[in-house]
Amino acid sequence: MELLSILFEVTTGHGLAALGAGAAAIGAGIGVGLIGKGALESMARQPESSDDLRANMILAAALVEGVALFGIIICLLVVLG
Amino acid sequence: MRTFASFFEQITRMITEFAKQFVFTALILLGGLNFVAAQTDGHGEVNHNNHSNHDVQDTSHNSQDDGEHKEFVAKDFIIPHIADANEIHFFGDHHSGFSAPLPMIFYVEGKGFDLFMSSKFHSEDGSHDEHAVLTAVGPNTGTVYIKNPETGISSTKGESFYDISITKSVFGMMFIMALLVITLRSMARSYSKYPGQAPKGLTNVLEPLVLFVRDDIAVPIIGKSKADKFLPFLLTTFFFIVASNLLGLIPFIGGFNITGTVGVTIVLAFVVFFITTVNGNKNYWGHLFWPPGVPNLVKILVVPIEVFGMFLKPTVLMIRLTANMTAGHIIILSFVSLVFIFNQNYGAVAGFGMGIFSTLFMIFMYFLELLVAFLQAYVFTLLAAIYFADATQEAHH
Repeated sequence: MELLSILFEVTTGHGLAALGAGAAAIGAGIGVGLIGKGALESMARQPESSDDLRANMILAAALVEGVALFGIIICLLVVLG
Repeated sequence: MRTFASFFEQITRMITEFAKQFVFTALILLGGLNFVAAQTDGHGEVNHNNHSNHDVQDTSHNSQDDGEHKEFVAKDFIIPHIADANEIHFFGDHHSGFSAPLPMIFYVEGKGFDLFMSSKFHSEDGSHDEHAVLTAVGPNTGTVYIKNPETGISSTKGESFYDISITKSVFGMMFIMALLVITLRSMARSYSKYPGQAPKGLTNVLEPLVLFVRDDIAVPIIGKSKADKFLPFLLTTFFFIVASNLLGLIPFIGGFNITGTVGVTIVLAFVVFFITTVNGNKNYWGHLFWPPGVPNLVKILVVPIEVFGMFLKPTVLMIRLTANMTAGHIIILSFVSLVFIFNQNYGAVAGFGMGIFSTLFMIFMYFLELLVAFLQAYVFTLLAAIYFADATQEAHH
């Protein structure tokens, strides 16, 4: 109940944008985490393909991060606009 | 793939080099920040005393000053630092600080050009408020320009004009261009001057980066035969982005945020889009408008998405670079703001403690930003190469 009242307090005004930024961070965290997990597991199985995997891992992480940054930019626009 | 490893080795070496300098910088920052924080606090009190002593004269002005010094709004501190500006602001407050003016260039339709320094802008009532509306008269056309911190520059009579001023970002870009042209051209010349010899000095540092772009980005993705055509653009973009990202990380030189300015990245992305479109062969356009092997009914659904994606790709390229660099600046500035906020709300001791804490975090963020500076240049170049490879693909069905 207390959490709900805190949430309610936060969501008045620009607080929702802050929550949105948090949600974007969660999404990016899960995405980048999965990419890192996959890349590490593959590297452990086939160490000789590490360099190839690393480049592709960075690329995939950048793509995920781009989507998260979309969200963050929109939150920023809400706060500043 | 060997160059990829050596690239990281090079970066690790650079970071250890930087580490020494950053510890030094951090010490200065720690001292400087707390000094500024304490000064701000003292200032407010002095003004308060003034207020009570000279209650009769200038009450309104004094109380306004009082409010300005006491209230610290993080937004008002951070946004001017990451936004483009008409002067290079080094340190201090807006009126007592030190900043270098930049030339303002306006073209008024039918009247001609106006050229003057941004220091010509002054407020009518002589106040030095950050939010004051400033005016300046064009020396050539006599147009009165109004600079409003909220809405930007306009003219009194509503005349339409083109603002082609050399702003902070433009100045930074010119500096980067000059730097790159001078260093990279002399590098290139040294290869023909000393053929067959190992590179020395700066050439030795930058050669792995050039090889990295060629052997790890252009050749594997675009293909050996076509890579040479796109390599000059990829190398130029890579070095431009790396240099502007690193310039933005140097403290006390004005806080350039070149790649965090939408106008810069939108042009970079547009050039990528332009090259992709111009080089698109019949396979590329075929995949866009008549994807092979897709049922006709599904084509109705797929083709609009593909065409939309054609414009979306450079847009995402633009937003990723801008948002990443701006986010880095905002995070570092937020740690600076925390010192002021703690100082204001919980006293000078809390401000000092926060100063230590946020300085440590700032050093950490600086290292992260150093990595991001290279990573974002790499990602931009890599994606541009992928789009070029897409445009020049061979038929494989």
